[in-house]
Amino acid sequence: MLFPPDVWEIIWLSLKVTTTAIAIGMLIGIPFGAFLGLYSFPGKRLIVVLVYTCMGLPPVLVGVIVYLLLSRYGPLGSLSLLFTPQAMVIAQVALVTPILAGLTMSAVQEKERAYRETAKSLGASPIQLIATIVREARTGIWSGAAAAYGRAISEVGAVMLVGGNIEHHTRVMTTAIILETRMGNFPAALQLGLVLLAVSFLFNSFLMVGALNQWKAKRR
Amino acid sequence: MNILELRDLVVRHEGKTILRVDSVRFEQGKIYGIIGPSGAGKSTLLRVINLLERPAQGSMHVFGTDVDLAALTHAKGLPIQRQMGFVAQKPAMFHASVFDNVAMGLRYRGEDRAAIRPRVLAALKLVDLEHAAGQRADTLSGGEAQRIALARALVYEPPLLLLDEPTASLDPHNIAIFERVIQTIHQTRRTTILIVTHNLAQARRLTHACLFIHQGRIVECGETAAVFSGAACRELQDFISGRMIC
Ligand SMILES: Nc1ncnc2c1ncn2[C@@H]1O[C@H](COP(=O)(O)OP(=O)(O)OP(=O)(O)O)[C@@H](O)[C@H]1O
Ligand SMILES: [Mg+2]
Repeated sequence: MLFPPDVWEIIWLSLKVTTTAIAIGMLIGIPFGAFLGLYSFPGKRLIVVLVYTCMGLPPVLVGVIVYLLLSRYGPLGSLSLLFTPQAMVIAQVALVTPILAGLTMSAVQEKERAYRETAKSLGASPIQLIATIVREARTGIWSGAAAAYGRAISEVGAVMLVGGNIEHHTRVMTTAIILETRMGNFPAALQLGLVLLAVSFLFNSFLMVGALNQWKAKRR
Repeated sequence: MNILELRDLVVRHEGKTILRVDSVRFEQGKIYGIIGPSGAGKSTLLRVINLLERPAQGSMHVFGTDVDLAALTHAKGLPIQRQMGFVAQKPAMFHASVFDNVAMGLRYRGEDRAAIRPRVLAALKLVDLEHAAGQRADTLSGGEAQRIALARALVYEPPLLLLDEPTASLDPHNIAIFERVIQTIHQTRRTTILIVTHNLAQARRLTHACLFIHQGRIVECGETAAVFSGAACRELQDFISGRMIC
């Protein structure tokens, strides 16, 4: 085995938390973003501005807000989720959902009016229309999801605040790196840093492959 | 019997009135030609009927129901939209197989899989493109894509078919196929067809009645033979003889 069991545990938790958060974020963000891209309604502009603002939220700020919501006297305090992996998932969902919604919205808007109108004239219901256009815009949406994954797994401020970096419970790669560095344990910190790098490289290659495929399809 | 009637229709874009129709009726089972110079509002008329464009005001009586076009939402218009077929001038092909493109309308209507296959193949046969079922639709030639777009709109057998310059960019061979299909489905299904065309010979060959649209108004409307021979108004005379500068 390359790493001691503790390290595997940390890597595994990182992947678990971020994958869960991305899955939930996709379930909310993709239909919501597609709806924003396809339909107009009063107040839409405000919501779009809000989504764009939330795309760039500093993770620490997200952490503070989720912390306050979950803390004992906060509105969700009775759930006693603070300093659990679930709290970390919540914080990351808050972080990635606006990104997924925003990128889906622009991917869907890019699909020309012609596709939307074709689906509509063939008899698509509102939900079928969203499904069809999301399928048509899938390449753009997948690269959005990969970018969001990279951002979530390498984020440290929010998971530190709401997770607490508790050993065998809420310690993930980024928080472990900070701890090891503080303790002067540089080889361990670097080792984890490399794993993190490998994971984000993997997701960035997804992006690359997607972009390449698109480029090839255009040339054909 | 009228299948479609429009009343007090006004379409505006950026404060400019693009189309104004006081009243127009289409009888069940006829083929109508819509002719007129470029920018007259022909496409706009079809798009309004197909509920792709919401006018500033106007009501439509179609398939026995009355609708207020200015207030209609996508969901509320769906039952009406599902009884129409529409072929745009430049049809968009989804990035999927030809088969899947043609099957879309049936899938949206919740037909079961076993029923879809034979119907899609029959529609492909109608446009002479059975062999292309497995091909990716975004690799089709312009003429093939146009025929697939027709098959895609025919497969669910709509009682009303709207065609926006379907043969404008086709060669004589493809035009002949297209016209043959239109006549076949008109005869076998008694489909009502509205066809926008710049090809006056085609309008003469195919249609029972013609509408002449000029600067957003229906200027002439009547039996095709009468419209072409009589040419009651000055604009129509100029248009038919080619004197009108479009
Ligand atoms: N979304 C829009 N915004 C502004 N103007 C528009 C819009 N859509 C259509 N128009 C204008 O409305 C007029 C009628 O357009 P329409 O497409 O109906 O013409 P048409 O008769 O189909 O012409 P063609 O034969 O060239 O296709 C044109 O002058 C066009 O520029
Ligand atoms: Mg047009």
